[in-house]
Amino acid sequence: MPQLLSNEARALIDREVAKYPAEHKRSAVMGALRIAQTEHRWLSEELVAEVADYLQMAPVAVYEVASFYNMYDLKPVGRYKLTVCTNLPCALSGGVTAAEYLKQKLGIGFGETTADGKFTLVEGECMGACGSAPVMLVNNHKMCASMTPDEIDKKLGELE
Amino acid sequence: MLEIEIDGKKTTVAPGSTVMDAARALGVHIPHFCYHKKLSIAASCRMCLVEVEKAPKPLPACATPVTAGMVVKTHSNAAVTAQKGVMEFLLINHPLDCPICDQGGECHLQDIAVGYGAGESRYREEKRIVPNKDLGPLITTEMTRCIHCSRCVRFTEEVAGYQELGLAHRGEHSEVMPFLGKTVNSEISGNVIDLCPVGALTSKPFRYTVRAWELSRRKSIAPHDGLGSNLIVQVKNHKVMRVLPLENEAINECWLSDRDRFSYEALNSASRATKPQVKKDGQWIETDWQSALELVAGKLKDTVAAHGRDSVAALATPNSTVEELFMLRKLMAGLGVEQVETRLRAADFRLHTAGATWLGQSIAELAQSDAVLVIGSNIRKEQPLLAQRLRQSAKRGMKLSVLNPARYDLLAPLAGELIVRPDQMVEALLTVLKAACEAAGKTAPAHIDLSSIEVCDASRSIAATLTAHSAILLGNLAAHHPRYAELHAAAAALAELSGAKLGVMSEAANTVGAQLIGAETSGNLFASPKKALILLNAEVQFDCHNATEALAAVRAADFVVALNPFADGVKDYADVILPVAPFTETSGTFVNMEGRAQSFNGVVRPLGETRPAWKVLRVLGNVLGFNGFDYESSEAIRDEALAGDIAPRLSNALKAPVAVKAQAASGLVRLGEVPLYQLDALTRRAPALQATADAAEPALRANAATLAGLSLKAGDSACAAQAGGKALLCVREDTTLPDGVIHIAGSHPLTTGLGGLFAPVTVERAG
Repeated sequence: MPQLLSNEARALIDREVAKYPAEHKRSAVMGALRIAQTEHRWLSEELVAEVADYLQMAPVAVYEVASFYNMYDLKPVGRYKLTVCTNLPCALSGGVTAAEYLKQKLGIGFGETTADGKFTLVEGECMGACGSAPVMLVNNHKMCASMTPDEIDKKLGELE
Repeated sequence: MLEIEIDGKKTTVAPGSTVMDAARALGVHIPHFCYHKKLSIAASCRMCLVEVEKAPKPLPACATPVTAGMVVKTHSNAAVTAQKGVMEFLLINHPLDCPICDQGGECHLQDIAVGYGAGESRYREEKRIVPNKDLGPLITTEMTRCIHCSRCVRFTEEVAGYQELGLAHRGEHSEVMPFLGKTVNSEISGNVIDLCPVGALTSKPFRYTVRAWELSRRKSIAPHDGLGSNLIVQVKNHKVMRVLPLENEAINECWLSDRDRFSYEALNSASRATKPQVKKDGQWIETDWQSALELVAGKLKDTVAAHGRDSVAALATPNSTVEELFMLRKLMAGLGVEQVETRLRAADFRLHTAGATWLGQSIAELAQSDAVLVIGSNIRKEQPLLAQRLRQSAKRGMKLSVLNPARYDLLAPLAGELIVRPDQMVEALLTVLKAACEAAGKTAPAHIDLSSIEVCDASRSIAATLTAHSAILLGNLAAHHPRYAELHAAAAALAELSGAKLGVMSEAANTVGAQLIGAETSGNLFASPKKALILLNAEVQFDCHNATEALAAVRAADFVVALNPFADGVKDYADVILPVAPFTETSGTFVNMEGRAQSFNGVVRPLGETRPAWKVLRVLGNVLGFNGFDYESSEAIRDEALAGDIAPRLSNALKAPVAVKAQAASGLVRLGEVPLYQLDALTRRAPALQATADAAEPALRANAATLAGLSLKAGDSACAAQAGGKALLCVREDTTLPDGVIHIAGSHPLTTGLGGLFAPVTVERAG
């Protein structure tokens, strides 16, 4: 089978593995999945199996983790994955409105990707930044606070 | 010790015990789903919530450690309210399909819902639906019924050794599933059916056949491997409907291998013979017992008279009962015939031990060893439940090492590993022996020549694990080996030197019993041509070491009588087929690998005109006019056959030294394993087992280097040839094999054209 993870990604996973005792290699599974997803944008079946093989775990054990956390993508996503928090504090401060605005602006619903493959919209859970609600996450790594429609327009403009 | 009071009853338990342990010790029942004594604690079902004094809320009994002076109430208001609440939640998404559910009548959820639940549900919303999964030919799924106890998941990971099932997704979307597109392929997978507390995982072959309460439960003993698992055979209208484990902590614990669980399908197979049959002018004609037996008796008598007693021989499989083998031996003795043999897959008969070869200790003692060295055994496939025990021991710190002709995955941590060509196993064992000699500063016995042996690090580290409280086990690949006597002798010397116990894992249910009654006296029966042959349960093309040689011998014989439950396997070469009862239709006794004689009764009446083999042999004795053939019952035969204690008659010690000397090896050598589900006539005919991954057609397997040397690649077809015959096979790459090894399974229709299981082989590209 062709190798999916680059050597750089493998080196990063090795750093994660080194954080735990040698007999608890599997503790690095969340880090390894994050590194794999960052490199490939989403976690395909083959990629999950390769991470499992790399950490000497059963593939289904890795899949359990990958399917539990909603920041892991088990289906292809657009170039930009926008995650909007709709939990209660955000919802009370415009989170739902922000999500509705994005849906209308991009013409897609939650869990969908625009036809050009640029944006995927995802409903997210609390990101621990309720004070700056509504919050939106771009590609899991960049947090945008106080996302009023104007701010959303501005942000979308920046993302080419 | 800690004191605890549960429902007013007081007891003391060891520190670290849980409330559930204490309750079980007291005989107090606490309802539960996810808790299982053999599995890790999940505490996911919450059904075992109990009230603990001074605790602010109910606690799960399975996961709460006992503290000194703890007072627990399992029936207080708080406990009952908690249990009722949990029950209501568990039933929210559970379908009300009990009337069409196979688990109905033996369902924990049903029982506990009646005992602890409310009379009706307050839930009016939609229930969730979960797509079913394909787990293979043995287990059927109805995943909407799953309550996420995770017993099956924990079983595959902790007991079977490889997590084949997982609990994917989260919350209400949780689903038990195998990895995408995979099935469950463990050799002990069927146990998840017993573990599942609801009807989410049920038996595929048994599905929709009968309701649980229509079945009678009868005890029996598994007729396949040498473990002797205890069975509950469930029958309806004199038909075996399914097989379940009967818990016996000393043998099979609460588990059952798939082979023992699903082989019953063969009992109801269309290829069962139901009437005696005689071949006349190439045509099979059904006849009555009287004329068939008279014909057989006359032919045997005439052959002995005309050609001498060495012209007649009897072959029986070691899955035959003590009573059958005893009667066979006695009948042959009456005819003056000495040649009776059950070691049909053996190739080396030089070994003579002081008693019947056995495990050397009890199964439970073996599991307590500090170290175990397994020699020549694909142990997961040969002895699935013994492998499971050793896996648990290895996880607890037992040092498990192997000396094998392929890198079989034991799914257990290994302390040492020597993987060599089959024809270098003796030499590899000698390196361990030499390492042990060097470490102990002792010399090996004079009959073992260690002069040319070079010790390697792997053999040194294996030798170092062997202490007084360890075991050395010989498996089927050793027993079938052309130099078995040398393997056994070298292993015995190593055991002597290290203080380890030597053990032989018997191939079949009654291998030890066969030795006890001397039903293995002649060695290779085919060494000289025979005029008449008696085959008891044996299908020589599958049950013998060298299929080509065996087939030639039975075809050359003038008269072959087959006592067999099935007709199709022996039709090609038999002259008379006498339909005899499989283990469910006769009483009998098997002696397992630890020397434990286990008797069982017939659980259904014989099919058609089938008769128990011991009765057939008795009547043959009567027809021949022999004395001492008036047994009234199988018990009478057993008492005579196994009179006295068995223990003193078990011994792996050599009666006479066997010269052991290193030999060089070159060329290609066959590794002829007997596949898991080709072991005996029953497993070969069990449709569900035959549909598993383990029953895949044998291929010609070799590692990449060996294939390259032959200019072959995976997917090619190739012709393998051995003395006397050949086979056309598909080529597969197998990274577990050493160089020069060609893995071609034996005992299979595709490979009956080949010769010895461990003999040299040549390979050519076909077509």
